[in-house]
Amino acid sequence: MTGRAAGLTGMVALTRLALRRDRFTLSAWVLGLSAFMAGITAMSVSGLPTRQDVIEQTELMAGNAAMRMLGLASGASVGGYTLVRGYLTLAVLTALMSTFAVVRHTRQNEETGRADLVGATVVGRYAGLAAGVVVTVGANIALSALLGLTMIVNGQPMAGSVTAGASVGAVGIVFAGVAAIAVQLSSTTRGASGIASAVLGLAFLLSGVGNMLGRADASGLRVVSAWPSWVSPIGWGQQMRPFGGDHWWPLALFAVLFTVLLAVAGALVRRRDVGRGMLPERRGRTEAAPGLLSPFGLVWRLQRGALLAWAVGMLGFGLVLGAIGGEVADMDGSARDWYTRVGGTDRIVDAYRTSIIGMAGMAAAIYTVQILLRMHAEETEGHLEPVLATAVSRARWVTGHIMNAVLGAAGLLLLFAVGMGVTAGRTLGGGVAAQLGDLTTAALAQLPGILVLGGVVVAVVGLLPRWAGPVSWTVVMASVLLGPLFGPSLKWPQWAQDLSPFTHTPKAPAAAITMAPVLTLLVAFTALAVVGIVTSRHRNLALPA
Amino acid sequence: MNAISVSGLVKEFGATRALDGLDLTVGTGEVHGFLGPNGAGKTTTLRVLLGLLRRDAGAVSVLDGDPWRDAVSLHRRLAFVPGEVNLWPNLTGGEVIDLLGTLRGGLDRKRRADLLERFQLDPGKRCRAYSKGNRQKVALVAALASDVELYLLDEPTSGLDPLMEAVFQEVVRELRGAGRSVLLSSHILSEVEALCDRVTIIRAGRTAESGTFDELRHLTRTTVTVETAEPIDALGQVPGVHDLSRDHTRARFSVDPGELGEVLRRLVTFDVRTLTSSPPTLEELFLHHYGDDTRVPDASDAAAGLSDSEAGRGSPR
Repeated sequence: MTGRAAGLTGMVALTRLALRRDRFTLSAWVLGLSAFMAGITAMSVSGLPTRQDVIEQTELMAGNAAMRMLGLASGASVGGYTLVRGYLTLAVLTALMSTFAVVRHTRQNEETGRADLVGATVVGRYAGLAAGVVVTVGANIALSALLGLTMIVNGQPMAGSVTAGASVGAVGIVFAGVAAIAVQLSSTTRGASGIASAVLGLAFLLSGVGNMLGRADASGLRVVSAWPSWVSPIGWGQQMRPFGGDHWWPLALFAVLFTVLLAVAGALVRRRDVGRGMLPERRGRTEAAPGLLSPFGLVWRLQRGALLAWAVGMLGFGLVLGAIGGEVADMDGSARDWYTRVGGTDRIVDAYRTSIIGMAGMAAAIYTVQILLRMHAEETEGHLEPVLATAVSRARWVTGHIMNAVLGAAGLLLLFAVGMGVTAGRTLGGGVAAQLGDLTTAALAQLPGILVLGGVVVAVVGLLPRWAGPVSWTVVMASVLLGPLFGPSLKWPQWAQDLSPFTHTPKAPAAAITMAPVLTLLVAFTALAVVGIVTSRHRNLALPA
Repeated sequence: MNAISVSGLVKEFGATRALDGLDLTVGTGEVHGFLGPNGAGKTTTLRVLLGLLRRDAGAVSVLDGDPWRDAVSLHRRLAFVPGEVNLWPNLTGGEVIDLLGTLRGGLDRKRRADLLERFQLDPGKRCRAYSKGNRQKVALVAALASDVELYLLDEPTSGLDPLMEAVFQEVVRELRGAGRSVLLSSHILSEVEALCDRVTIIRAGRTAESGTFDELRHLTRTTVTVETAEPIDALGQVPGVHDLSRDHTRARFSVDPGELGEVLRRLVTFDVRTLTSSPPTLEELFLHHYGDDTRVPDASDAAAGLSDSEAGRGSPR
């Protein structure tokens, strides 16, 4: 064998290895996403009993710029409406599934040195990358089929259901290609995931902006997107218009892009050394800056890159959501009802500001949980051992993480409020200064609720370290679903809604901030944090071998 | 006064008994070798001494404190090199050295510069770019640049080349000269023999032997080669003689400690021409304890079981 064929030697064995390693991880992704699809389809079916309901809701999604950003309406149908509400979430999560899978089987192997071990056997240069891509593409095909199936089972038309599944899987497959290039560029797992995630963020924003700038057609039920949608794979997926024409030709765009991405990745594989990236390794400081030399400083250093990415995102969304605020003034029907219910007031502008700030609070909560879970990663990756062998107590180390998470969340909320205030000053009236005052106060009022979720993470890391990730994210999901955004719409009983810290978060700026709920949330946070610190102090460290 | 004293230490990970009544004493100012095969429990012992793992039974004292209760105050007075060096990939070696030194309570800048020079370590590279040996040097400099009373070193020379190993030995000798205590976990016999005053041999979580090399040698057979004028006979029946090989007037055998005098009295009757007697080497000592040991419970596997099994499945972080 020579040339290209020899380059793939061993691919079959490596593919089986990758399947073996991923049998739980990828299965969980595929099943979880399918369950999500089944859930939102069932919600649409039960929530829109008459044709009139479907038309009303779809008009709403097509007629309002903010709503257009969330999903692309393609005519009145239950299935179509489901995708308007859920497609972006599905597409983004599927792209992340693909990214992580490809990174896991390529760059992670190189970073850990496993690739050297494998590369010394009879294995071609492209075999590792090919195995990762094959497994990932396979997972996306399985996911597409299952997604279609869940919609069919929920009584949706066959053609639209299959198109819907394919429109999600195609995005996942393209992002397998994006990740294949990202892992050639960066020499670290984190860096490669970061590059691919940045591309995903761009694709997400382009499709959102393209739809926002689009126009509803004469029927008022179908949106014609502007050009930015057409340069984003997520936009292409939406243009397949499941249940609204079922276009299959955008798949050709996906196929061409995927082929080009793989060809580029292959060319990069030929040009680089195993273990290195294409991006040059910069030299760093030979001595530490004073700011690094504390547990707080160390955590700051480890997560500042993530914080920067979040800051850009929060500021951007603040600016956009402020800018499109004017649209809500002349909103009516159920869209208005949703805002007034979430915001807890009939004044639509206040209701809009309150619900949007509430969403920003939930985003900041996700950041907080993500940062605090680094504690667990530091422990199992073995970075904690040398730190705790110095004069740093476990309590001080945990506190360093909590301080970073709190200050980071507060900073993100303020950035969001400032972004929104600057643009809302024009669209919502009242002037920039007044908007800034209202919105920054309201944003900071989100902190106590966020802290409670942070406290949960600290407690779980102390009590149940092995389950820290799954338990923490489940609590976050439950808090969002039981909270004011979804709780009332899903008709949860009041006691269940009361379990979510977001239910107790002040509804500012619509309502005045009262101290009682804020104090209750702060007490809950303190109790959870103390439990976490005390249990961390009293247990064995989970150390690598 | 002892720097470390451990008696009857037990540590269990679920059903696995990683440490099963370990005894270990390190005197102040002593360089103590901690020998044992992989999985014997050396790393687990060090983690208990650091208060990272909690003992299930037994008494442990480090610098006259309880390593679990007084972890923070004790850690100001000791420095540690982990067996598996995991550094933050995006920090430079210099940053890691400063960070760990400062968190311990301060490091000697002059000593830091001197060690970087002697170990020929470039502190400006990011940790992900270091080779295994260079990562090891970062951990060594981070620990040795601190002026503390006790150094806990877990297989500190793994990955170092022979030149760097010589530098390491030189630095440890300086520490001993300055009256510092060192616990050196290792399975490299020559290194332990070159550096250590006393040694503890651990096997399957228990102390197999402990003492100076001379003391340990007394526990092991001496090898004797002898040439006599008259043919040697009947030596095989003498108690304490083993592995006898002879041809006419030459013989080579090993003798149990304590029986050498009686054996020599017998030999004299054959009119000895030449006789060489060699004490057991450390290798023989080591093999004496481990050679017949095909299976030891793997303590490091048990410790790994505690850590997140997700990591094994390798989700990127």
